[in-house]
Amino acid sequence: MPEEKPGQSATNNELDRRSFFVKLGLGSLSIATAGTTVFAYQFLSPNVLYEPSPIVNAGKPESYPLDSVTLDVNSGIYIVRSKEGFFSLSAVCTHLGCLTAWKPELGIIACPCHGSKFTRDGKKIEGPAPKPLPWYRVWVSDDGDLMVDRSSPVRSMQFLKV
Amino acid sequence: MASSATHYFDQLRKTRVWRSIFRGGTGSSTLRRSLAIQQDVFLHLFPTKVRRRMLDISVTWYLGTLTFGTFLILVATGILLMLYYHPSVPQAYADTKDLQFVVSSGLFLRNLHRWSAHAMVFLVFAHMFKVFYRGAYRPPREFNWVIGVILLLITLLLSYTGYLLPWDQLAFWAITVGSNIASAAPVVGDKVHFLLLGGNLVNANALLRFYVLHCMILPLTAIFLIAIHFWRIRKDGGLYVHQSTPAAAGSDVTVKEAR
Repeated sequence: MPEEKPGQSATNNELDRRSFFVKLGLGSLSIATAGTTVFAYQFLSPNVLYEPSPIVNAGKPESYPLDSVTLDVNSGIYIVRSKEGFFSLSAVCTHLGCLTAWKPELGIIACPCHGSKFTRDGKKIEGPAPKPLPWYRVWVSDDGDLMVDRSSPVRSMQFLKV
Repeated sequence: MASSATHYFDQLRKTRVWRSIFRGGTGSSTLRRSLAIQQDVFLHLFPTKVRRRMLDISVTWYLGTLTFGTFLILVATGILLMLYYHPSVPQAYADTKDLQFVVSSGLFLRNLHRWSAHAMVFLVFAHMFKVFYRGAYRPPREFNWVIGVILLLITLLLSYTGYLLPWDQLAFWAITVGSNIASAAPVVGDKVHFLLLGGNLVNANALLRFYVLHCMILPLTAIFLIAIHFWRIRKDGGLYVHQSTPAAAGSDVTVKEAR
């Protein structure tokens, strides 16, 4: 058995030159990969969106007849004037985001895509939709216009008296 | 007539220009023939030798080749359609209508693109059923099957992203529904939805992202994987030619013989 050189046995427990550089290389590669992932994720998420404002001006309350349901196609909301007062519902189906429609002859809200049905106050009657249609905050602006905030859902059965 | 054409072709193959492009040289020895395959950047993906049985229509019904054919048609017609189509909200629908009614041959090219897309989805499925029921996915071809499954997903994603580009009602609601399906994924669903659309709504950002995916990212990925897919056929011993007999299914001995 050949005698071990004193220098060799000392390096056995320590990092030799080659594995040091391998570790250094792999380490910098993983840092670069993590950095690229974060960079790519941040780049792909837009910081500024030019999407329509969630606050909708629905016009004068008087323009809605009593006991009526009005669909605003562009903003995807219903303005309902019931005997108890005004309220606003999302017209976007809670299933997969299709625009629902008010069926006056049946007195229900129905989704054309997959057949979900809702009552006039958003409660689910049937269909694949998992949740009722949310109610949105409604108020009257200083100019006397009916305003709806689509970004703030409220508990149902909160009517606005005008 | 035919012999003189062959003569001219032989003369052409001896010219310095031809020899500078195709390095295989003249002659029809087995070596020359195999070099002609090996030294061509496109042909070298394929086996240098093919058994006659492999080219029988009953073996593959040429379904893979036909799929690749529809892909080539889609690339050619798609690039031409890109010359008239602007991926912007005010113009996308009008450009699609222009292609239908105003651009010369636009109707033909758009319809060719559309029908080829339908045919490609059909042929990909037919190809996969054929491979599956013949047992051609078995070792050593199992990795090529995996590449094939990824190519199926890319084909479906190409169909899905192309669906939005006409920017009509059908497109808008199909992508609204489809992207909402993505957000049903647990934990990351809403983030995926946001990144896919580049916002919360199917809007200008979504149209642009789907356009880039449809015209650049997905086709380039598909070409890359198709190249590997073809090269693997050669590396895995050529096309699978054995008929899988029902008797072989239950017995190990017969299966071994069949290989």
